[in-house]
Amino acid sequence: MSATSAVLHDDHAEHGHDATENSLFGFWVYLMTDCILFASLFATYAVLRHNYAGGPTGTELFDLRYVFVETMFLLFSSFTNGFAMISLHKKDRMATIKWLFITALLGLGFVGMEVNEFTKLVTEGNGPDRSGFLSAFFSLVGTHGTHVSIGLIWMAVMMGQLYFKGITTATTSRILRLSLFWHFLDIIWVGVFTVVYLFGVI
Amino acid sequence: MKKLWISLLFSLPLMGYALDGQCSQWTLLDPKGPIAADEKHLILTALGLMLIVVIPVIVMTIAFAWKYRTGNKEATYAPKWDNSHAIEAVVWTVPAVIITILGVIVWRSTHDLTPEKPLASSVKPLVVQVVAMNWKWLFIYPEQGVASVNKLVIPTDRPVSFQITSDSVMNSFFIPRLGGQIYAMAGMQTSLNLLASDVGTYRGLNTQFSGEGFSGMNFETKVVTSQAFNDWLAGVKDYGKGLDSIAFKSLEVPSENVKPAYFSSVEPQLFQTILQKYQADDPKLRTSACVAPRSLIQAKN
Amino acid sequence: MFQSLLFGKLTISAIPYENPIIMGAVGASALLTMMTLGWVTYQGRWGYLWREWLTSVDHKRIGVMYLIVAGVMLLRGFADAIMMRFHQAFAEGAGHGFLPPEHYDQIFSAHGTIMIIFVAMPFFIGLMNYIVPLQIGARDVAYPFLNSVSFWLTVASAGLVMVSLAIGDFSQAGWTGYPPFSEKEFSPGPGVDYWIWSLQLGGVGTLMTGINFFVTILKMRAPGMTLMKMPVFTWTILVTTVLIMLSFPVLTVALALLTFDRYLDMHFFTNGMGGNQMMFANLFWIWGHPEVYIVLLPAFGIYSEVVSTFSRKRLFGYNSMVYATVAIAFLSFIVWLHHFFTMGAGADVNAFFGIATGIIAIPTGVKIFNWLFTMYRGRIEFTTPMLWTLGFIATFAIGGMTGVLLSVPGADFMLHNSEFLVAHFHNTLIGGVLFGYFAGYTFWFPKMFGFRLDEKWGKRAFWSWLVGFYLAFMPLYALGFMGMPRRLVHYDNPAWQPYLLVALLGGLVIAYGIACQVIQLVVSIKNRKALRDHTGDIWNSHSLEWSLASPPPFYNFAKTPHVESLDAFAHMKENGIAYRATAPYAPIHMPRNSWVGVALGALTFNFGFAMVWHIWLAAAASLVGMLAAVVLRASDEDVDYMLSAEEVARHEKNASAQGASPAGLANDLITQG
Repeated sequence: MSATSAVLHDDHAEHGHDATENSLFGFWVYLMTDCILFASLFATYAVLRHNYAGGPTGTELFDLRYVFVETMFLLFSSFTNGFAMISLHKKDRMATIKWLFITALLGLGFVGMEVNEFTKLVTEGNGPDRSGFLSAFFSLVGTHGTHVSIGLIWMAVMMGQLYFKGITTATTSRILRLSLFWHFLDIIWVGVFTVVYLFGVI
Repeated sequence: MKKLWISLLFSLPLMGYALDGQCSQWTLLDPKGPIAADEKHLILTALGLMLIVVIPVIVMTIAFAWKYRTGNKEATYAPKWDNSHAIEAVVWTVPAVIITILGVIVWRSTHDLTPEKPLASSVKPLVVQVVAMNWKWLFIYPEQGVASVNKLVIPTDRPVSFQITSDSVMNSFFIPRLGGQIYAMAGMQTSLNLLASDVGTYRGLNTQFSGEGFSGMNFETKVVTSQAFNDWLAGVKDYGKGLDSIAFKSLEVPSENVKPAYFSSVEPQLFQTILQKYQADDPKLRTSACVAPRSLIQAKN
Repeated sequence: MFQSLLFGKLTISAIPYENPIIMGAVGASALLTMMTLGWVTYQGRWGYLWREWLTSVDHKRIGVMYLIVAGVMLLRGFADAIMMRFHQAFAEGAGHGFLPPEHYDQIFSAHGTIMIIFVAMPFFIGLMNYIVPLQIGARDVAYPFLNSVSFWLTVASAGLVMVSLAIGDFSQAGWTGYPPFSEKEFSPGPGVDYWIWSLQLGGVGTLMTGINFFVTILKMRAPGMTLMKMPVFTWTILVTTVLIMLSFPVLTVALALLTFDRYLDMHFFTNGMGGNQMMFANLFWIWGHPEVYIVLLPAFGIYSEVVSTFSRKRLFGYNSMVYATVAIAFLSFIVWLHHFFTMGAGADVNAFFGIATGIIAIPTGVKIFNWLFTMYRGRIEFTTPMLWTLGFIATFAIGGMTGVLLSVPGADFMLHNSEFLVAHFHNTLIGGVLFGYFAGYTFWFPKMFGFRLDEKWGKRAFWSWLVGFYLAFMPLYALGFMGMPRRLVHYDNPAWQPYLLVALLGGLVIAYGIACQVIQLVVSIKNRKALRDHTGDIWNSHSLEWSLASPPPFYNFAKTPHVESLDAFAHMKENGIAYRATAPYAPIHMPRNSWVGVALGALTFNFGFAMVWHIWLAAAASLVGMLAAVVLRASDEDVDYMLSAEEVARHEKNASAQGASPAGLANDLITQG
């Protein structure tokens, strides 16, 4: 018996609950590579930020108040996401779903506002094909928005999994990673807000 | 068998050089101006420095492999011997010393040979504006008011200051006998300063792949005495055909293996017009992707 | 309207049926594919292939499949190479070779792309897939399913390159695809799009592989194996994965922005409208230079294993080797600008990047000397892997020298874009990278299949490659000094032609070398009984993969080994604790195979193809399909199982009864049994 337990202990280093830890670590690493992706986009934006090609400048295009509201949606969604995590730790399935739902609604508000802003710019003839500056703007902000949208799909899937499967090791691990992802996008957005919008209108 | 040996010799570049007898074909080793001469010297110096490491490596590879082959029971065998501070010190130090020396050479030579640096000379440099087009080179002599296509005529012993841009994709302007190359990029102006010391006709070319006509995008560089240069200018002036907007439009049509052509007059601001065509609206704010200070990749008005 | 919805820009005229050379190549590829598929059908092995290989998440099988992809693509890339050599040898003056410019331009673009992305990358990824988990005493990688997805993304993107041969054309903009030439204005056809999507989708797969192996190596080493007790090959892979993770996102961005320019009329790299073409060059080489070391460092790791094994001696200066590897990786990120000194960035910038590049020569030089001193006072056996290593050391010294020469800006102004440059990077990529992979292939082949490769044909292959390489590329160095630029489809200088003829001869000698390798494989399979490895440790080597049977059981280690020192297996042998673990065994947690990887690969291919031809409906459908597959996979709880202790005992007993080859992997592969 003791021999068996020794062997089991021996295996323990490789699998079992460490799988969750490994996937969390791996996800962290993935986020770092995503960080480099965004860094490259920020660099591109920095290079092209004054290449207006006769088109409008940031000052002419950006409405800080609008973007501020948009930002609040995302910041609050991180906040409500925190509540979802607390509920998850309390093993309260319905509360977790409820908070995730509110988070998703806020995220949806953010994406909706961004889509609205983009549509307005494009219909006014200031689409991404107008100048190097606008290409860089749409690509940077749009890449962030795409990430948020993927996060929303992920969130929807997790709400479904929570509802049908409950709080299991697998779902907990996934929601942990989703939460990391969501906070990460928040941090990126702070960068976008500062570099693109704040510096843009100054 | 004999043929095989000859081809083997061809495969050893320097041996080929020695046997070839046609030194003139070894463009880079037969410079016709001080910049090219310095660059040749630099290549050979760096090569020599590195051979200090490379030759021992090749010799050691063969010698060690032979000496310590399994069949040679005489040789010392030390299976556990895997470290020696003395050897480690040498193998880190020797390359480090060589690279340090090379680093000094790199720093100095890069500053000496940087293409935008004007050449010291008592003679005022000749300005030539170069435009890369699909698939030919346009040379504008702004001070003389003439232009040519695929034929560059310059006087000996007078610095030539090239201002270079592109009216198409990226190209690279290169006259091997006179000195190194520089990119030609739309909306950007690069500079190159060269000097020819020997009269002669040398090949100029584009080295950056630019599409179907790339291989034929060569030009003749004719280096002549200053008297002959003036005669040539006068001849072109008499030629009668100017480079107006209609002539320029027809030049912009892609063409391959273009024969030399001359223009007796040229719109004074043509080069700037081509440059600005591709620039962002506000040139003062135009940034460049490279880490260089903006002044070096000029986007002049 | 309806037609464009279904077919986008695709029409029947996209098939270049008027070009006999392309159609010949298409016909030959199609015939070979049909023959392979027909053979599998005839043997009735589809079920086996599907269950045991295509859907496998076993790192060993995925590794072997990567190697097959690399081998197939090597033949394609070499066919391109020999066509270029033939063409250039006869393209002087009145001679015009046999290829029109638009075809020749595609060939050199495809050759570069294929050799870097679809030969070098899958080759070392295949080797590391097979070997790294075994070297660190792990049962699999951190994310076995993700590994399968990565593989199928690679297959999908390689498939895109192959399809471009038959439908439409490939990029003419070189493997670097510099804008503005690669912009819609100058390259309106689908060629550049094929290039973009194959690099982009394959790149995503590579990035996932990078993350996977980084986590595997950091988190799943056997107890006792500290970082400084890891085999050197694993070390180089660890550093390589870091390079992949840091550099591939930049490639993703560079390609995405070019995609936006081409598909959405944006202005990142366009001429005018605020575009900046040099930004692409910067982004591309911020990825591209580390990429050089991504393919080179694993080869360095292989040489270290091989030279120590066949010198019958411990590796000299292990610590130095590790530090040098890390130093090279770090430096590889601050040298990218040396690819375009001729941009005119100014003396300070050029000098900085020139000196930084030169500094890489120091750790590289140290590595070379350490290999030499590993041989010193050894008992060297001239096996094929060792010959590749010796050939490498001498050849790479020359390639390194010409590389340092190119890093001197003043020299680069003369040599940039010339045949000298072509000779230099082939010198490092063939003499440095490929020789290493061949050494690794020969070295680990017995581990993978249970029998070793025929030595006679292996040596013939080596000598042909070595002689062929020198014949093919030394003349190009000379041509660089004669002022010949790269990528010429035609030239007017009779003095160049003899050199190009010698280069062609070299290409033919290499072709003979490749033929020798194919024959070697066939002969070895035929003689596999005589060549069988009964011990699992055929070379008397030092790291943990040799402690297992050849091929290893699918769960790798019946019991996780405990590592006491560097060269763990050599240490075990000396202390008499080597060889198989004995009962009692514990149950082993195993991942189940999954069809989702194959499905994702197929959908990715579909997506790429649809994007190339602007078939938006199909592209969107593929995306939705991919999403559905991922969600489906995430909802599947039945992704693993426990292998009972009794099962393990049975497998281990079979292994000792047979001497080796418990899973009979090789037999399964080759015989019909």
